[in-house]
Amino acid sequence: MADTARTLYEKIWDAHVVERRDDGTCLVYIDRHLVHEVTSPQAFEALRAAGRPVRRPDLTLAVPDHNLPTTARRDAAGNRLPIADPESAQQLAMLERNAPAFGIRYIDATDREQGIVHVVGPEQGFSLPGATIVCGDSHTACHGGLGALAFGIGTSEVEHVLATQTLLLSPSKTMEVRVEGDLPLGVSPKDLILHIIGRIGTGGGTGHVIEYRGKVFEEMSIEGRLTVCNMSIEAGARAGLIAPDAKTFAYLKDRPYAPKGADWDAAVAWWTSLATDPGARFDKSVTIQAADVQPSVTWGTSPEDVVPIGGVVPAPESFADASKQDAARKSLDYMGLTPGQRMDAVEIQNVFIGSCTNSRIEDLRAAAAVLKGRTKAPNVKWAIVVPGSGLVKEQAEAEGLDQVFIAAGLEWREPGCSACLGMNPDKVPAGERCASTSNRNFVGRQGPGARTHLVSPAMAAAAAVTGRLTDVRELV
Amino acid sequence: MEPVRTIEGKAYPFGRKNVDTDVIIPAQWLKTISREGLGKGCFESVRQEPGNVFDDPAYQGASIVIAGDNFGCGSSREHAAWALLDMGVRAVIAPSYSDIFSGNAFKNGILAVVLPQEAVDRLLEVAKTDPIHIDLESQTVTTPFQDRFTFEIDPFRKHCLINGLDEVGLTLARDSAIAAYEDRARASLPFLARGIDQAA
Repeated sequence: MADTARTLYEKIWDAHVVERRDDGTCLVYIDRHLVHEVTSPQAFEALRAAGRPVRRPDLTLAVPDHNLPTTARRDAAGNRLPIADPESAQQLAMLERNAPAFGIRYIDATDREQGIVHVVGPEQGFSLPGATIVCGDSHTACHGGLGALAFGIGTSEVEHVLATQTLLLSPSKTMEVRVEGDLPLGVSPKDLILHIIGRIGTGGGTGHVIEYRGKVFEEMSIEGRLTVCNMSIEAGARAGLIAPDAKTFAYLKDRPYAPKGADWDAAVAWWTSLATDPGARFDKSVTIQAADVQPSVTWGTSPEDVVPIGGVVPAPESFADASKQDAARKSLDYMGLTPGQRMDAVEIQNVFIGSCTNSRIEDLRAAAAVLKGRTKAPNVKWAIVVPGSGLVKEQAEAEGLDQVFIAAGLEWREPGCSACLGMNPDKVPAGERCASTSNRNFVGRQGPGARTHLVSPAMAAAAAVTGRLTDVRELV
Repeated sequence: MEPVRTIEGKAYPFGRKNVDTDVIIPAQWLKTISREGLGKGCFESVRQEPGNVFDDPAYQGASIVIAGDNFGCGSSREHAAWALLDMGVRAVIAPSYSDIFSGNAFKNGILAVVLPQEAVDRLLEVAKTDPIHIDLESQTVTTPFQDRFTFEIDPFRKHCLINGLDEVGLTLARDSAIAAYEDRARASLPFLARGIDQAA
């Protein structure tokens, strides 16, 4: 029956409704809450002021990532090194105090499990398919790669979830992004999501939860799915989802916080039932031909400003809408680019490989495959590789990837958000360009005046080698 | 939270589309542990543009920002709402907002008024010389020139704003419903309901 056919999103939503109000808004139960140092201090402060406890500390996990420096955290004698910036140090100290004070498990900056919240959650089996997952960070959409309904929240909502383990939400509209066919060789999940955002725009998913569908996603690795869902917010969508399948289950099995024994079997049975029913209706549907996707790069200051690496900087007049023309002029001025300029001739001075979008082991392998036996170009002044977690770092070192990066002239850092956002010492100098595997090319995002070009890990590695934005397929 | 009924005064005729929260408050301002004092960093990069509306003496003390589509997109930082409040902004008027920003604005008593682009264009014009009046009770935006635009708002949000209600307190009053859900979940979704202490 068509009217009972439900989407993946609707099934997860329905399973989490505590109460439905007459106006359609629902009190929704939250299964997993990730907490970091930047968006939580005011929430804990408010709880303390009202004398309210955390309702389910056992569904909450705290880990510092945003403003933690990515340089060594201990000295040679094993002592913790102080954080130079007093404000960052204070925020980190607050989390370190608040988590145990409210009974929340805390992963310390010096623990091997420490990392970016969106890398740690899946890696620890804390993030699960079918779960509602929130964090005071918009890239929480990332966990949708496991088939979780995951979205970013503000600090007042962090407080609300801590106190009540629920959120008051209106149901989102559903949007299907269907990708047909196979991706061309040398095209990564990052290129695909940049292409999708370029196509639907930064407001294309507003009010919607996107489900990514099609063979490409079925064949994609879990880490690739996390990359795709991570940037759903850049298309305006609150969350992105990919149906959990055998790959998802294999990825999660035996991870520390994943269900065990009979729980595991029950979980797999339920997870398997979550896929969108045949005949289920989406409020909006977009179809993308995979064959059209090329290694992609951004030219402007919005993630929708995407062109294939073989393309040129567009002319502002080429946009239909006057406001977009104006925005494009401002972007080009900020980026120091001129219309018609070839993207693959744009010189870069900095390379950043990392962030919750692209800092997992497959990302590092892709970058290392390009850098092996090569060195960075002389005009590349600063190039860093920042693993997403201590466990990713260990794995990379076991595979010798760190040595590939170091031999190529790149720096190998400690885990954290790093140069994705200008909150910690890793910043791009004003006026300089960075080929970055992160998720936002906003004005000042990587530091005041910094010029960001979003690319995949392989493309960032290629840019490091040639010193300009480069089609990685020329190097393989 | 302070009740919100009417907001009247000068408005910044900003008009820009896709204003992200990195523009509203850049990351270097996020290291604070309080909600106050962020007004100094609000629209920092815009304020470097000569002739920007935020430093124009004509709009000093404005309590309303008029913007284009998709205001507050990008990062979830509630600091964007706190920064606007700290610079004296009590309402934003735009054709659309990011989902997260509209939630953050509401939770801080900032009225995020949705009006069609034509109405926004008209208000951008009016704001150059005259004040704007927003009345939440009647859901209208009016000007001294007989303009009258009505806007939609979620009835629950309206109720909370007008009465200055604390949402956490309201939800805590539903404790029995939450506990009943947890009982159901323990039976039907035990693998999600179990805390991480038991899973590990």
